[in-house]
Amino acid sequence: MTAPVLTTAGHPDVVVVGAGVVGAACALAAARAGLRVTVVDRGPVAGGTTGAGEGNLLVSDKAPGPELVLALLSLRCWADVAAFLTERTGLPAGGFELEPKGGLVVAEAEGALGALADLAAAQRGAGVVADDVPAAGLRDREPNLAPGLAGGVFYPQDSQVQPMLAAARMLAAARGLGADVRTGVEVTGLLRAGDAGPGGRAGRRVVGVRTATHDVPAGAVVNAAGTWSGDVAALAGVRVPVLPRRGVVLVTAPVPVLVRHKVYAAEYVADVASEAADLESSAVVEGTPSGTILVGASRERVGFDPAMPVPVMRRLAAQAVRLFPALADVPVMRAYRGFRPYCPDHVPVVGADPRAPGLLHACGHEGAGIGLAAGTGHLLAQVLTGAVPDVDLTPFRPERFDEGTAE
Amino acid sequence: MSARTFRFDDRDLAYEAGQSVGAALWAAGVRSWRTTRVEGRPRGLFCGIGVCFDCLVTVDGRADERACVVPARPGLDVRSQQGSGRADLAV
Repeated sequence: MTAPVLTTAGHPDVVVVGAGVVGAACALAAARAGLRVTVVDRGPVAGGTTGAGEGNLLVSDKAPGPELVLALLSLRCWADVAAFLTERTGLPAGGFELEPKGGLVVAEAEGALGALADLAAAQRGAGVVADDVPAAGLRDREPNLAPGLAGGVFYPQDSQVQPMLAAARMLAAARGLGADVRTGVEVTGLLRAGDAGPGGRAGRRVVGVRTATHDVPAGAVVNAAGTWSGDVAALAGVRVPVLPRRGVVLVTAPVPVLVRHKVYAAEYVADVASEAADLESSAVVEGTPSGTILVGASRERVGFDPAMPVPVMRRLAAQAVRLFPALADVPVMRAYRGFRPYCPDHVPVVGADPRAPGLLHACGHEGAGIGLAAGTGHLLAQVLTGAVPDVDLTPFRPERFDEGTAE
Repeated sequence: MSARTFRFDDRDLAYEAGQSVGAALWAAGVRSWRTTRVEGRPRGLFCGIGVCFDCLVTVDGRADERACVVPARPGLDVRSQQGSGRADLAV
């Protein structure tokens, strides 16, 4: 494989578009690989979906397949990023609250428990650690869980980070390695050079970005613009269908540790993979180091409608209380919503775009972008430096949507 | 003891019609009625409009009530809150 980076004296090797957690992970991985990196974002660091996320690093909600392969790689990459940042800053847990706390998926009814057990068995075959927990053992794991649940599965690999801290710490570390991070800079076009490929199938090479105020020539451009990545792709004349799915997260007042793990109902797994356009929700409940409890995981396809839907918030709260009755007495202090970037086939887009040489994508991670970020950055750095990626990128290829079968 | 009093940490505290618990405490010269969870530092009114969750008190046994939005009523049992006020829930 030849390195796609064309180094030009005085210019960065790569421009990363997007200062969310995925862009930050790409920037840090590329800088650690020795590349000169510039990051641009029209807003602030973590100003889009990263700043409205929950910080889930989950393997438990993924069936065997490319996304699970990426999630398992990404867990290892997150541990590596945290160790790297801790070594440089002295801050514990990477300075972004990485907690390998484990996830507990519970089923209310026998039917759901059977489906959960089948999923866990398949996941074990793909390298996931999954321990069946009988009904009688649930409250040893989580003493405040509601009585009467049918059983569950414990996933010790499930972890958590504070997403905004993760993005900010990775960008700070990238700057320490020479990266240039420019916020408040909107990309308005892509710089192109050379001739189109044979038969016009590949466009002219992408050699940087144009912004409202200046051009940034570079060897390559990484599209890590999250839910807005389709717009960046369109600047290159290529289609990457990334669409928004609105998700709400509730934040309780700070409490002592009354939820130890990430806890959610088995129905969440079905919601993640669902094709339904209307509201789906099943509460994912976890504590944070600051004492607040987060209740997340509604999904609605309503475009970029910025409303805070009260019925959705009520439903999430009711589902959380159903899992943890003690929460009934704990006030919700605030709530926020974000737009999760999803592709029609619910698989992220990671890798070089043969339709626009020099353009790479790292987007479309839906509600798993925090968890998948570190692995995505690692893989992009491998592609940028001409190394063989640790996982096969074929399922993530950006041009699959033009092939007629992927949708 | 006038009719317009509530209990605050085992004493009677007078209030005026329409006042919140927080306003009544402030008018009586009480500036702090909660301690922070980690360092035990004093907290009272900050935003005063129900947003910041700084002025939390325990009211009739319920922790995390916002003093600035709870209307003062006769006979309320208002107590300073130590930390989260929910040590009983810890596992």
